Amino acid sequence: MSVLVNKDSKVIVQGFTGSEGTFHAGQMIEYGTNVVGGVTPGKGGQSHLDRPVFNTVADAVKETGADVSIIFVPPAFAADAIMEAADAGIKVIIAITEGIPVKDMVVAKEYLKGKDVTLIGPNCPGVITPEEAKVGIMPGFVFKKGRVGLVSKSGTLTYEAADQLAKAGLGISTAIGIGGDPIIGTPTKNAVQLLMEDDETDAIVMIGEIGGNYEAQAAEYIKSTGNKKPVVGFIAGQTAPPGRRMGHAGAIIGGAEDTAEAKMRIMAECGIHVVKSPADIGETMAKVLKG
Amino acid sequence: MNIHEYQAKELLKGYGVKIQEGIVANTPEEATQAAKKLNEQTGTSWYVVKAQIHAGGRGKGKIQETGSNGVVLAKSLDEVGPKAEAILGGTLVTHQTGAEGKKVNKVLIAQDVYYPGDSEPKEYYLSILLDRAKGCNVIMASTEGGMDIEAVAEETPEKIIKEWIDPRVGLQGFQSRKVAFQLGLEGQAFKEMVKFIHALYKAYEDSDASQFEINPVLKTSDNQILAVDAKVNLDDNGLFRHKDLAELRDITEEDPAEVEAGKYGLSYVKLDGNVGCMVNGAGLAMATMDIIKLSGGEPANFLDVGGTANAETVEAGFRIIMQDPNVKAILINIFGGIVRCDRVANGVVEAYKKIGNINIPIIVRLQGTNAEEAAQIINESGLAVESAILLKDAAAKVQQALA
Repeated sequence: MSVLVNKDSKVIVQGFTGSEGTFHAGQMIEYGTNVVGGVTPGKGGQSHLDRPVFNTVADAVKETGADVSIIFVPPAFAADAIMEAADAGIKVIIAITEGIPVKDMVVAKEYLKGKDVTLIGPNCPGVITPEEAKVGIMPGFVFKKGRVGLVSKSGTLTYEAADQLAKAGLGISTAIGIGGDPIIGTPTKNAVQLLMEDDETDAIVMIGEIGGNYEAQAAEYIKSTGNKKPVVGFIAGQTAPPGRRMGHAGAIIGGAEDTAEAKMRIMAECGIHVVKSPADIGETMAKVLKG
Repeated sequence: MNIHEYQAKELLKGYGVKIQEGIVANTPEEATQAAKKLNEQTGTSWYVVKAQIHAGGRGKGKIQETGSNGVVLAKSLDEVGPKAEAILGGTLVTHQTGAEGKKVNKVLIAQDVYYPGDSEPKEYYLSILLDRAKGCNVIMASTEGGMDIEAVAEETPEKIIKEWIDPRVGLQGFQSRKVAFQLGLEGQAFKEMVKFIHALYKAYEDSDASQFEINPVLKTSDNQILAVDAKVNLDDNGLFRHKDLAELRDITEEDPAEVEAGKYGLSYVKLDGNVGCMVNGAGLAMATMDIIKLSGGEPANFLDVGGTANAETVEAGFRIIMQDPNVKAILINIFGGIVRCDRVANGVVEAYKKIGNINIPIIVRLQGTNAEEAAQIINESGLAVESAILLKDAAAKVQQALA
């Protein structure tokens, strides 16, 4: 079992006919992802990329049996799209959209509570289970199949880590881009937990950045499992100044616990193999797995 | 986005939050006029002259040129002009501005609200912000008004009152009463505080704010509750639905290079180091800064060219980095996913040729989609650019360049 998405996932695309949706849906189909259709309100009944277009997610679920949705809807309407997907019974929602107002996400996240649904993102590169399903915007060829799980707040840094793992002779079970916003559906700890409990994952790479306490929570969780699987960790932003937002809406040092240094210390205390240089992720994992 | 105190107070007033009244002025003459008007409106005969910059610590901060503090009291109308003159146009240095300080273009002439009366005036602290861990807003309050709240939280955490707001129902009456009681208020002041908190929360919700900090909130000698200062931070992602608030942006408060970068859709933050960098993706950009430090340099900037980088935006990024005279080398680190490496390579080559005499080493690391085509473009350009494929090699080349 891989986590979140696999070859049996039936994927719909919300914001299917827009330029981003069209481009990435095409890439996903090319990768072999089972894209069964898409949603663009007002364009129901049309066909796009040889797949049916629906007016609502509910229609799409009813007609296709979709269980995974990827969202490319513009920021002003994205929180609404997330809630629509949850209401329609989608099990895994992956929100790529960057720039959703925090106020909207607070409401959307609250709406999802108690429902049998997992939200990944927003402002994330998506999720990939190599050779099975790519539900995201990552370059698929970088992710080789293997047994290392990957959790990251960042897009390109995830690709970097995947590439290093491949060069170190390792591959990936599932890579989860959790997103760089202040409010995200699946915090680091929850994503790590999915991989910790996955039979096809032997080890985990956890990539965080400044701001928030997600990495610290994840570190405490990892320790609580008795460090069942080895984890290699990196925190981006060791040189970031306090009080300045570093690109991602959530990447800002407010208090002392937000710093890379504080996070790296907690992670090391919890038995995570913390690397200082982002160039050492792959090789460190190879060493750790050799024992 | 940050806004000035005078703008923040106007925003709050619109929601029925009681404020220390004031009028903004650009010149000493305007300051005197403002004081006269304020006297007519409020009856105040003392005036507070407050420098308007986007940084805290103004009261203790000093104007470099004149030695005046950033917030001063004028005890007569005649004092207003000279006191405003000692602040306007000066450079205010506070513990938040850094040594270079910030130029003061406006002062707020505000009424004196610490007048004597039936009871002692008392200062409180109140803020609203997002609790990221809990995924909801939190109201924070303290009896230690006027103090640095981080110090209060550190030394006497029991003095910080927290009330979390359920997103499904919003702020409830019992919550604001709880806060007001915990602050030790009673009678008229208690009622006023409850109203104050509700009006403040409504303003916060309606304006897509990311932080409100009212420090101090004052209980006056006649039991009114007023915002004496107001720090308002708005969620940039929410500004599209608040055109009026978006117009409050004061670009003179921002680094000119950062403003220019914004025009090209680039996310740029200027830093103090000697190695510039241009990267796609915020996380990789921070990681690249870290690599620079580990290679013996200091990052000169954060620069994310984003997912739609093309020759034009890359050229703009190049020019912005080159404006910084401290930059001794530039590392371009692109992992091509959405953005194709060949497009970036074209941008680098075009920019390099347009700018002409670049006499600092440039290291270009392109990996991912169309990396081979990109390498070919760089190699066939005839430019003196070092290329790298692995992040490790790029780091080593930065080290060589600095040696």
